[in-house]
Amino acid sequence: MTAARAREKTRAERTHRRRRLALRLLHFAGLFVTMCVICLPGLWIVLNSFRPSVEILAKPPDWTPSFTLEHYRAMFGGAGEGGVPVFRYFRNSLVISLSSTVIAILIGMSGGYAFARYRFRAKNAYFVGLMLFRAVPGVALSLPLFIIFARVGIIDTHFGLILVYVAMNVPFTIWLTDGFFRQIPRELREAAEIDGCTKWQAFWRVEFPTARAGVASAAIFAFLTSWNEFALASQLTRSAESKTLPVGLLDFTAEFTINWGGMCALAVLMIVPALVLTFLVQKHLISGLTFGGVKG
Amino acid sequence: MMFPTLRRPPEWLLLLMPAFFVIAAVILMPLVFSLYSSFTPYRLTKPDTLWKWIGTANYQKILTDGKFWAAFGRTILFLTIVLNLELLLGLAIALMISRVTRGQRTLRTILMFPMMFSPILVGFQFKFIFNDNIGLVNNALQSLGFTNAAAPWLVDAKLAMFSIMFAEIWMSTSIFAVLLLAGLFAMPQDPLEAAKVDGCTPWQSFRHITLPFLTPFIFIALTIRSLDVARAYDVVQIMTGGGPARRTELVWTLMSRTGYVDARMGIANAMGYVSILLSILFTLYFFRKLSAARAAIGMSD
Repeated sequence: MTAARAREKTRAERTHRRRRLALRLLHFAGLFVTMCVICLPGLWIVLNSFRPSVEILAKPPDWTPSFTLEHYRAMFGGAGEGGVPVFRYFRNSLVISLSSTVIAILIGMSGGYAFARYRFRAKNAYFVGLMLFRAVPGVALSLPLFIIFARVGIIDTHFGLILVYVAMNVPFTIWLTDGFFRQIPRELREAAEIDGCTKWQAFWRVEFPTARAGVASAAIFAFLTSWNEFALASQLTRSAESKTLPVGLLDFTAEFTINWGGMCALAVLMIVPALVLTFLVQKHLISGLTFGGVKG
Repeated sequence: MMFPTLRRPPEWLLLLMPAFFVIAAVILMPLVFSLYSSFTPYRLTKPDTLWKWIGTANYQKILTDGKFWAAFGRTILFLTIVLNLELLLGLAIALMISRVTRGQRTLRTILMFPMMFSPILVGFQFKFIFNDNIGLVNNALQSLGFTNAAAPWLVDAKLAMFSIMFAEIWMSTSIFAVLLLAGLFAMPQDPLEAAKVDGCTPWQSFRHITLPFLTPFIFIALTIRSLDVARAYDVVQIMTGGGPARRTELVWTLMSRTGYVDARMGIANAMGYVSILLSILFTLYFFRKLSAARAAIGMSD
């Protein structure tokens, strides 16, 4: 009697244990496949940027590992591979992204502060209205901007693109900073004012440092948007004067052929600054998005 | 209150002024211009055509154009499939990572990887990977002996649609996973433990405790994502350019071809307005859902 029950118990335990093992295996397999799908495409690009063109184009495929700096040398030399002026593009991208980020943060922060601290009529309508401007597709906007910029004469200039990216980034910056300023208790600022700070000083000395995390994440998003933007940049830039890296990527495609190796090398150059920047502040990035959104 | 305009404007208005100003100059004004030009037969090559008013002829033309409706329907289908799959996959990934005990931070960092890729880079990357001749997918399939023929990933209509959807999902699932993961971390654990004690199955506690808590996070992700749906333009433009034979044509690629290749700006702007309306409706819808979800769990102010 007891022996039978004990046997039954061990059997139940065994199936339970088996089920848990199966679940754990499934969990592991799921994670493994996900991570492979995420990493493999990027890895393939990096690996190919170090492979000679002959090997990339080899038929049947050549899987033996090899290493060459051919594409990087050509890219930075600027002479080979059709002479793509990569340095110029890189500098343009950097100048345009950094200045538009700084300006967008200043303008957006002031707007976010207004939404977080003041009460006024139709506040929600203003807020949603601003956000909807962010939703206008770049391609749709590029048609009229192309015509207007050409008339005004700021097509193919840094100034034109900076202006566009500031306007693109302001709404989202307002959203994120608004959420962060709301987290800061009003008393903090009031205390500073009692201690003799002006409003301006109270903001920069007390509230701004407290909301730093939110501002940092807003800045990263603004920077990434400008650094990666293509639809507008491809129409508003014409020459090496103002072309950014995403537009420069097209220089590696001719009518019927694509210089895959050179393109991969440029892709690596494009992704490295974004990667470094994001890893430095990834914690702020996530909290910025969630706080800004949920509690805002 | 006799001369309200003479009073100093309120502080909030002063603070919002720069934002209003830059948006008015760079987005609103061009939009007004493009609205006007969508009522003209404007062609880039003939500047005079800008002053000829033709009423709603452009809109009538595109609304009776089979090609436009095909592209429009395909865009809706594309967005529906892509957004749903991104949400489901993102949720699954977030749940899987939240159960990991060691190396969680590393996994989360890897997860953010696709978020940093430029859409155009994603397009090129998958154009390369799905290339029928030298792409990773076909090379692997052939070397492993699954097939001898080269699958025309970007040439066959159905496969091309699959490929651009794959690229889009690869690019944007991360944002869902990252936000939902943050939601899972923020979740109080007591209700879950109580449910376990009360004998709830894992499915029940997921359905009735975890999912309601995650709802606002889901809508934040959908709202943020809907601000950017037109990013798909970059990917598709590079991978297939709307081809082969318009089989992957979306509203955005059709618009840019009409405007820049055919130089028919008037009609392209009319299409632009349809696409703007589409984006705005998506965003507005998710915004309202977000407010409702916030109110439901008492997070709004």
